[in-house]
Amino acid sequence: MEYKGWDQVEAGAVLPSFNDESCDIVNKKQEERNYADTNSYTASVADWRVFKPVFNKDVCIDCQNCWVFCPDTAIVSRDKAMLGIDYDHCKGCGICADVCPTNPKSLIMFFENDDNDTMLSQWPEKKKKEK
Amino acid sequence: MAEKLKLQEVEVWDGNMAFAQAMRQAQIDVVAAYPITPSTPTVHGYAKFLSDGYIDGEFVLVESEHAAMSGCVGAAAAGGRVATATSSQGFALMIEVLYQASGMRLPIVLGLVNRALASPLNVNGDHSDMYLGRDAGWIMIDAFNAQEAYDLMLMGFKIGEDLSVRLPVIINQDGFITSHTAQNVKPLSDDTAYNFIGDYKEVNPMLDFAKPITYGAQTEEDWHFEFKARQHKALMDSSKVISDVFEEFKSLTNREYKRVESYLMDDAEVAIVALGSTVESAVQAAKDLRKNRGIKAGVVATRVIRPFPIKEVAEALKNVKAIATLDRSAPGGTMGMLFNEISAALYQSESRPVISNYIYGLGGRDMTQADIKEVYADIVKNAKAGKLVTPLQQFSGLRGPKLSFFN
Repeated sequence: MEYKGWDQVEAGAVLPSFNDESCDIVNKKQEERNYADTNSYTASVADWRVFKPVFNKDVCIDCQNCWVFCPDTAIVSRDKAMLGIDYDHCKGCGICADVCPTNPKSLIMFFENDDNDTMLSQWPEKKKKEK
Repeated sequence: MAEKLKLQEVEVWDGNMAFAQAMRQAQIDVVAAYPITPSTPTVHGYAKFLSDGYIDGEFVLVESEHAAMSGCVGAAAAGGRVATATSSQGFALMIEVLYQASGMRLPIVLGLVNRALASPLNVNGDHSDMYLGRDAGWIMIDAFNAQEAYDLMLMGFKIGEDLSVRLPVIINQDGFITSHTAQNVKPLSDDTAYNFIGDYKEVNPMLDFAKPITYGAQTEEDWHFEFKARQHKALMDSSKVISDVFEEFKSLTNREYKRVESYLMDDAEVAIVALGSTVESAVQAAKDLRKNRGIKAGVVATRVIRPFPIKEVAEALKNVKAIATLDRSAPGGTMGMLFNEISAALYQSESRPVISNYIYGLGGRDMTQADIKEVYADIVKNAKAGKLVTPLQQFSGLRGPKLSFFN
């Protein structure tokens, strides 16, 4: 976003969410909405993440549990199919990995600097039930 | 629709009733309040008008003053005319939210009935709460009697809600001395008063669902400075709107208000600068000294405390030889606010009157005519000597050994 001078910024830091009227916004998917630059949807607000969830689509059963529980709407899901993590908004809280019911987990927390493909190649095996 | 009240040409109201009546006539959408002495009758009176059908708006009784101002912020952001009243500890509890209100440019009107701050606990009038709020980014105006409390409460809405201002406004009056003393007040009719203020003009109302907006955004070092600068500019520029509203009110009522009030100043050689009901006491003392002692005494009062009228203050005091600034708030390790700000204003002019500072009236201690005449006697000495021959800061009306600083 372009840095504006004091005479150009919005009075009271009252910031619009959309560039146009948004009467029908509920029926539009996020990528179809005309978000304003001042909307945090278009900004990265995840700089301080230390751990990140990595998503393994081969194990996921699309139960949507992570989508329901994510406190920051950072789980991207379309037509009830899990697509992945919105890393611009995920803070790394780990709730999605915690509530994931699959075996092995479809979401596992790794260090922020770990490479996703490497982590996916080392994904844990299914655990056997203890008798 | 709200019922109208038929008022007499002259009513006998105390300062709290003056506030409550002006708030009723403004037809406020939301008042969120938590009553506290000595402002309680303002809120009580307003609530009574509402329950008796004279007001259409909502009254929200909240669980603290922090919640009261928070409720006001929410309602103002939603898009309504909003006001509340408080005093002292309640005001102190509101402080965090006062900065939110001004930062969000919400034109809330706050009736502040001035009272001391604990500890020790004290319910009587001084200006500690008024001084506490002076960096909060609100327009601050002071009423010296009940009539002014009524007039300025009406004008507060018009000033803060002006589209070029959009800032919250505090109208001060002295606890008990003004708030609980019945005086003659000439009100406007309900229609005249409401039409003077006008309908509320919404700016970025949150209840406009077609345009969702964020109030209270987070801005760090890359944005915060610009927003605060714009807010400060709006506050500085509000001087003109304040003067214009004062002018419009004068043409309606023939009652004149100025950002800096001057009394007996045409030929004055010594002047007291004060706030609140002390202004009237000082004028009385000055008249007496002029008549019986031949002292050319005058009084200057900063009607508008924020934005501080630097140029007008310097202009009002440019011809005097000595000034006493009277601060009714414990200055906490420095000179009183009026001393500092009046000195700063004069330093920007050619005038160099001798200026000194008096701390007085804390916790509702009376400032008597004798006390005020002692101050005048001091500054007459300073004027004659052409330099400071009294201590720079003195306590007036205090028991025990004379307390002064920078002797």
